[in-house]
Amino acid sequence: MKHTISVLVENEFGVLSRISGLFSGRGFNIECLSVAPTLDPTTSRMTIVTSGDDQVIEQITKQLHKLIDTIKVIDFTGEDYVEREMALIKVAAEDSSRAETLRIADIFRGKVVDVTPRSYTIEATGSPQKIDALIEILRPIGIKELVRSGPVVIGRGPKGWRSAD
Amino acid sequence: MKKTGSQILLECLVQEGVETLFGYPGGTVINIYNDLIDYPIHHILTRHEQAAVHAADGYARATGRVGVALATSGPGATNTITGIANAYMDSIPMVIITGQVPTALIGNDAFQEVDIIGITRPVTKHSYLVRDIHDLPRIIKQAFHIARTGRPGPVLVDLPKDVQMAMAKFEYPDKVEIRGYKPNSQGNPRQIEKAVKMILAAKRPVIYVGGGVTLSDTSQELLAFAELIKVPVTTTLMAMASFPKKHPLSLGMLGMHGTYYANMAVMESDLLIAIGARFDDRVTGKLSTFAPHAKIIHVDIDPTSIKKNVRVDLPIVGDLRDVLQKLIAELNLSPHEVKVLASDLAPWREQIATWRQTHPMSYVASTTEIKPQFVIETLRKVTNDDAIITTEVGQHQMWTAQFFDFSQPRTFLTSGGLGTMGFGLPSALGAQAAWPQRQVIDVSGDGSFQMNSQELATLVQYRLPVKIVILNNNFLGMVRQWQQLFFDQRYSQTCMELPIDFVKLAEAYGATGLSTSDPAEVEAVLRKGLETPGPVIMEFKVSREENVMPMVPAGKGLNEMVLAS
Repeated sequence: MKHTISVLVENEFGVLSRISGLFSGRGFNIECLSVAPTLDPTTSRMTIVTSGDDQVIEQITKQLHKLIDTIKVIDFTGEDYVEREMALIKVAAEDSSRAETLRIADIFRGKVVDVTPRSYTIEATGSPQKIDALIEILRPIGIKELVRSGPVVIGRGPKGWRSAD
Repeated sequence: MKKTGSQILLECLVQEGVETLFGYPGGTVINIYNDLIDYPIHHILTRHEQAAVHAADGYARATGRVGVALATSGPGATNTITGIANAYMDSIPMVIITGQVPTALIGNDAFQEVDIIGITRPVTKHSYLVRDIHDLPRIIKQAFHIARTGRPGPVLVDLPKDVQMAMAKFEYPDKVEIRGYKPNSQGNPRQIEKAVKMILAAKRPVIYVGGGVTLSDTSQELLAFAELIKVPVTTTLMAMASFPKKHPLSLGMLGMHGTYYANMAVMESDLLIAIGARFDDRVTGKLSTFAPHAKIIHVDIDPTSIKKNVRVDLPIVGDLRDVLQKLIAELNLSPHEVKVLASDLAPWREQIATWRQTHPMSYVASTTEIKPQFVIETLRKVTNDDAIITTEVGQHQMWTAQFFDFSQPRTFLTSGGLGTMGFGLPSALGAQAAWPQRQVIDVSGDGSFQMNSQELATLVQYRLPVKIVILNNNFLGMVRQWQQLFFDQRYSQTCMELPIDFVKLAEAYGATGLSTSDPAEVEAVLRKGLETPGPVIMEFKVSREENVMPMVPAGKGLNEMVLAS
């Protein structure tokens, strides 16, 4: 089963390799990984999408906790949370497909961020499922290049989640 | 007054109470070695960096203190890796300091540069590259703290040469603040209550003890706990010496080469109380058939050990001292029930006694050739179980575990998790450096011994009177045994075709060498060897194709033991 896990880590040299090495060394799977500093520049927050049975996921969260540089780990699966991913999609849009491409982008509330006579680059944000759907619709038109950020997640409700908590 | 980085490092080591350092100099640690002359730290120059780390490991195992090793960058650092991995697998508290090329050269493929932080990441508890001299005291303080607390382990500090030469004011921090590292030492009282209920309801309980008891120095608490409920105790290789083997409740070792009665007791048990153990595959055999009737209580300081390999009915995360004390206190609240339990378990103990009688640990004696087990038994007799024993890895290691009666914790130093041939001699060196007055004996095989035999020079140079027992069968015996049993006796590359003259080898280093192939001389050679001052090799040419038995073949259940070959 797919799990989305947030990890708050020290914003230090080599932390990413400790996390990725933990996954590869123990045979855990990383489907997506995104990382950037938080409001507190001494910490970074990672969002990791992984999969496995309950025992594997329990080991993953425990092993992540065990790293000295890890401050907090939350498995958002089963929690109430917002999940967003961004994609930049370069579509081969010529002649007849140009209008169609714009319409599709519009339906998905995407934005055109780069235009040439032969292409549109569309920026789209949403749940990974929405991005998947957009890609499937654009595929017949012709996708020249695709880049996805991997999802970031945040819990719903008024409570914040910071290093000081 | 300002000090250099290398002086600050040494100041920190003094502050941490480091008395002995094992190491090997080189280009990127030359500043540290230059300043070392002025500091009250005893340095032992091994003949290989791997041995320096094993020696620090032996020192740590024999004392419970943090072992410290020092090596230069590049090949010096890569030579430490096996030693670090060995300590990591057995959770030994150590700090390894490596020199590194100057920060400006890092990443340039400079002379003797390797990314030792990257290379050792999977085998260290944590590691630091020191980029600023002002971080050095905090990093050293944290390194020692991390190494010795929680589940202990090796921590590597990589120190570039320019940081060693930089100047700063030295101030050692009083406190350690690591926001991501707060090991949970207190056992949850509600879990303890549940554990006691499960114990009081058990009919066939077994206590299964691992190296955590040694690491946390809780043999006394374990003994009190076991005696209170009169439940049999089986130990892993790592816990061998932390429960007295001659105690009536002792079942000896379980697992691949464990006793018949320990393995049968585990397989028939209805409650397995695992204490500071991690259900290694050499312990459990085939997981799907392991302890099929048992509920499992698992006590460990490391949450990742719990439910890693086996299902656990009741996890208790915490320091063993705290948990064992709480368990005893909780049991003492129901003295009547505990008494009833202890007597109700009589049939279970009798069942185990029957297994013990029908299948004792044994071997076929001989008057014509030396049986390796006989050497271990005789060694036990002549040392009165009072020595610190180290081993290499292989048949001799298993025979030592099977036939030596350990009674004191920290007297059996062996490479359990990694299974490192060449560990015994340097770890004996470290143990002897820690305890100059005690008898330290490396039990070895001819194969393992040759993996770090250069350390004879270190022993002689520093007058460390380690005694070395070599059970010489001219084979890599354990692999040969597997080839015999599972590969139709096709002995591929396990015969050491060249017989080594170990007596001459000892003498070449200025040590003493003794040798015999006569069973009648075994005791005399051992007595003479142990009485001779300085390092001594005692070589016993043993029956060549003796097997370690009983044996649970890899992938089989614990009750599918092969009893004799």
